[in-house]
Amino acid sequence: MTRFGIHLNKPVDSESTLAERVRQGQVRAVARLITLLERGKQEGRDALRLLEADTSRAAIIGVTGYPGAGKSTIIDQLVAAYRRLGHKVGVLAVDMTSPFTGGALLGDRIRMQQHALNPGVFIRSLATRGHRGGVAAVTGEAVSVLEAAGYDVILIETVGVGQGELDIAVVAPTVVAVVAPALGDEVQAMKAGLLEVAHVIVVNKGDHPDADRTLRELNEWHRSVLKVTATTGEGIPALIAAIAEQQRLRDLEGAPTRAAP
Amino acid sequence: MTVTAAPLRILIGKVGLDGHDRGVKLIARALRDAGMEVIYTGLHQTPEQVVTTAIQEDVDAIGLSILSGAHNTLFRRVLELLSAQGADDIVVFGGGIIPNEDVPALKEAGVKALFGPGTPLDDIMRFVKELPRSR
Repeated sequence: MTRFGIHLNKPVDSESTLAERVRQGQVRAVARLITLLERGKQEGRDALRLLEADTSRAAIIGVTGYPGAGKSTIIDQLVAAYRRLGHKVGVLAVDMTSPFTGGALLGDRIRMQQHALNPGVFIRSLATRGHRGGVAAVTGEAVSVLEAAGYDVILIETVGVGQGELDIAVVAPTVVAVVAPALGDEVQAMKAGLLEVAHVIVVNKGDHPDADRTLRELNEWHRSVLKVTATTGEGIPALIAAIAEQQRLRDLEGAPTRAAP
Repeated sequence: MTVTAAPLRILIGKVGLDGHDRGVKLIARALRDAGMEVIYTGLHQTPEQVVTTAIQEDVDAIGLSILSGAHNTLFRRVLELLSAQGADDIVVFGGGIIPNEDVPALKEAGVKALFGPGTPLDDIMRFVKELPRSR
């Protein structure tokens, strides 16, 4: 092991050694396998098949919401909280690929760089590469790679969404929707879409003068609404508890079991 | 729309203490518009953060902006750490205020290109587009 918890790398892998190195949690192998899957390479799919027995034990939490609502900052706080509980945390942060140029500016991890040197945290930015629905096409496979590599909690940040990008509900059994105060009246909360797929709704920027009114209005329409100030961490323990409660209820309902963090 | 060719992934950021980020943001945006995936890390990164991020993000290249005068130390440290991780296939380039007399030694150490003030954006884009795609 080096001081960053990353092992030295051999340049070329057969699928089985790549899979083995992922299983050992070697960061370079994890990163490379996600790249291979992102490119649709057969060698990546073969390696993933060898790992699939090791998956389905992590808590997978999707964080979605409007652009600028504070998704990245909330994830930054959740990473810190789950690390304090002793969990290894993986983050997949998705941003838009330009439909005009094919380029992307992946900037979510700016808010998470305090964790960059934490050996228990792996952060990967993904571009949508033309996939609609709010996540990258590779997201589900990348989750499986992180599970096989031993990450206990996997946080997925969607692109900033409008009303119709709901694929996160397919990838993550727990979905947190982040909204900001004063972005619309109660009728916005009654509309179909984002708030329907959310298990927990977070009203971020809780220090905003309109935060309590937004909280009250959303409370009329959803059973789990919380006020958080992500920049200070206020409300994060309650969010962790709400996520755990959702996971407990889901397990009671007999849905596919995943360990609560 | 489907993007078929895998875009280059490039980490762009600032190491060290100076906070002048106008140039680095301009480069990040120009690379985005040239069809690259730009992982923008923002200000005040340490060489250790840059290298760990580059490995997690599996980037093809690292572009660093340094205007603080600490370029000789910071570029070398990034190259050393990459080498220690077996990741010296990742290309390192940079820009900022780097005196001409320091350039040859930095290139000798492994910095692939350095772009000073007044470099046309096209020159930088041409350099990046011609990076090897062996990975």
